[in-house]
Amino acid sequence: MLLEINNLHASVNDVEIIKGLNLTIAPGEVHAIMGPNGSGKSTLAQALAGREDYLVTDGSVSYKGRDLLDMEPDARARAGVFLGFQYPVEIPGVSNVYLLKAALNARRKEKGEPEIDAIEFMRFIKDKAKLMELDEKFLSRGVNEGFSGGEKKRNEIFQMAVLEPDLAILDETDSGLDIDALKVVANGVNKQRDGQRSFLLITHYQRLLDYIEPDHVHVLANGRIIQSGSKELALELEEHGYDKILAAAS
Amino acid sequence: MASKQDNVKDIVDRKYEHGFFTDIEADTVAPGLDEEVIRLISKKKGEPAFMLDWRLKAFAYWQSMQEPDWAKLKRDAIDYQAISYYSAPKSKADAPKSLDEVDPKLLETYDKLGIPLHERARLAGVAVDAVFDSVSVATTFKQKLAEAGVLFCSFSEAVKDHPELVERYLGTVVPQRDNFFAALNSAVFTDGSFVYIPRGVRCPMELSTYFRINAANTGQFERTLIIADEGSYVSYLEGCTAPQRDENQLHAAVVELIAEKDAEIKYSTVQNWYPGDEEGRGGIYNFVTKRGDCRGNRSKISWTQVEAGSAITWKYPSCVLRGNDSIGEFYSVAVTNNLQQADTGTKMIHIGKNTRSTIISKGISAGRAQNAYRGLVKMFPTAENARNYSQCDSLLMGNRCGAHTFPYMEIKNPTAKVEHEATTSKIADDQLFYCRQRGLSEEDAVNMIVNGFCKEVFRELPMEFAVEAQALMNVSLEGAVG
Repeated sequence: MLLEINNLHASVNDVEIIKGLNLTIAPGEVHAIMGPNGSGKSTLAQALAGREDYLVTDGSVSYKGRDLLDMEPDARARAGVFLGFQYPVEIPGVSNVYLLKAALNARRKEKGEPEIDAIEFMRFIKDKAKLMELDEKFLSRGVNEGFSGGEKKRNEIFQMAVLEPDLAILDETDSGLDIDALKVVANGVNKQRDGQRSFLLITHYQRLLDYIEPDHVHVLANGRIIQSGSKELALELEEHGYDKILAAAS
Repeated sequence: MASKQDNVKDIVDRKYEHGFFTDIEADTVAPGLDEEVIRLISKKKGEPAFMLDWRLKAFAYWQSMQEPDWAKLKRDAIDYQAISYYSAPKSKADAPKSLDEVDPKLLETYDKLGIPLHERARLAGVAVDAVFDSVSVATTFKQKLAEAGVLFCSFSEAVKDHPELVERYLGTVVPQRDNFFAALNSAVFTDGSFVYIPRGVRCPMELSTYFRINAANTGQFERTLIIADEGSYVSYLEGCTAPQRDENQLHAAVVELIAEKDAEIKYSTVQNWYPGDEEGRGGIYNFVTKRGDCRGNRSKISWTQVEAGSAITWKYPSCVLRGNDSIGEFYSVAVTNNLQQADTGTKMIHIGKNTRSTIISKGISAGRAQNAYRGLVKMFPTAENARNYSQCDSLLMGNRCGAHTFPYMEIKNPTAKVEHEATTSKIADDQLFYCRQRGLSEEDAVNMIVNGFCKEVFRELPMEFAVEAQALMNVSLEGAVG
């Protein structure tokens, strides 16, 4: 197993948000977690990435057989956990290329690989930019500086393409995207499905799953997964809304 | 090979050929300041009469002046009678004999900054008799400069060899009575740099104090005078990214720049004097008066500074925009950590028509440090269509430090336009987390964010200086987060 979450409890500001969550992801699988607002979707993503304010109070998370919760956020990233942020931050004056080169080299160092040389790196990221239909001028711009909402999201997927993680957690990457941008993002994700890389897609809406076909769909409500199924579960949700399934669960 | 060695020996020996340093090796004047001391300084330096008169006049002004206290600084009083105003090059008896005797922490810093080995010894104050590389390099460069007609020498040499230029320009930008510290400097300065770029000459290289032969002994009251004659250009670099040790606590330098018609001066500073220990003990007080005079039409003066060292930094590199269509620029990064204090900024005095000025100031505070930007934009009634743009950004790290912005504006011409933008931000947790989520260590993430914040200023620095400045920033903020 790549990721095994066992009875996870997590709090934000002393309020328990995740209340005993179990989830197992095998290499190459695409899992979608859906749920109404406030169900704990983003908290799960942040807690897995190791954000300080998201306090894990109970349970365990094993990643590649290691205790994920015991690792610093940057160590998790270097071990191949990638979080596509719901709200990517701007870092003025730091170019995309600069951040990515530092990030990529940190990851390579972890794997015992030598630093990538500048020319090879530029060739590499230009290919990846093409994949994401990202204009090359984005590469030299400040990280997310003055980007539109859609550009920020596309940039997240581009970064994922460059860093080639083993587990990509995409937190509401589809929100705020028009249909064309959604297709570009979905296309970028699909091109990175290689049978080894695993994805955890966190979304409120079913429409993302029209373009990225998941292996498993889970419904998260009140901090727990209340139902799991195949991609048909997502369609069912789309048709009946969350109310029915929530009522059935309670 | 033999002849090469002879050459080196020649060059090394030449350092002493003026006999100036060797003669006074044993001299030190007792602490205290009165007219006699000033007469003595002037005599020891063999100065012409006008220089002594000038010093004495400054001293008279200084005696009637009060030490200013308006800056947002906390410090102990300075006992001016406890300072020795003339000391020969420091006796080498107390100096470390080799790098093995130097504080390992200092050496570690040199390493991080990538300071060349032969430079480390000089910077750490090791008693070396000759620094072969820099002396020979300096000699080669001097030749090249002479061919272009550029005068670049120590202030003492200028007083002897070019008294007419010194007399004509000295004190015309920063008069003796300009302020308390400038008056003191005018009375007692011992050395510094002198640059004259003749009409229409583009100085063929960046002038750096790094290559200045007498750099080690300029002392605590340094005087710099740079004159760019009509249509000339010069870029001057002052300072060094390596931490510099000095026994003198008070540094009160004066820098005067004069740009004649169509001339341009670019002055870059990296200041990294000893800031004191973590409790601020023993750090340098850096009270400097720097001013440039855009005397001629279409002239331009640009200040770029990276202020990382000193316990207290108190300085306002300024531009007097006298000529029509003249341009003044100020780009500054001031970083303060631990108990460091900085009160720095600029003055842009618009007198001529269509004058333009730009101010970009970046203040970074960490630890318990206080960082203030203080700037004046003044538009005279004559300053038709003058423009100013100011941007002052502060970055706070942790919650025990402070950032302050004091913009002053005096606009006396209705056609003038002034824009001011100021921001204060903390290194946001979400920025840090974002970088760490991409695999960067916390320290690397902080460095990256800070360097991004300073980018607009760093890109004004000459290339190799910019790289050093980045490294300096990282070292200065070590341990500031976490």
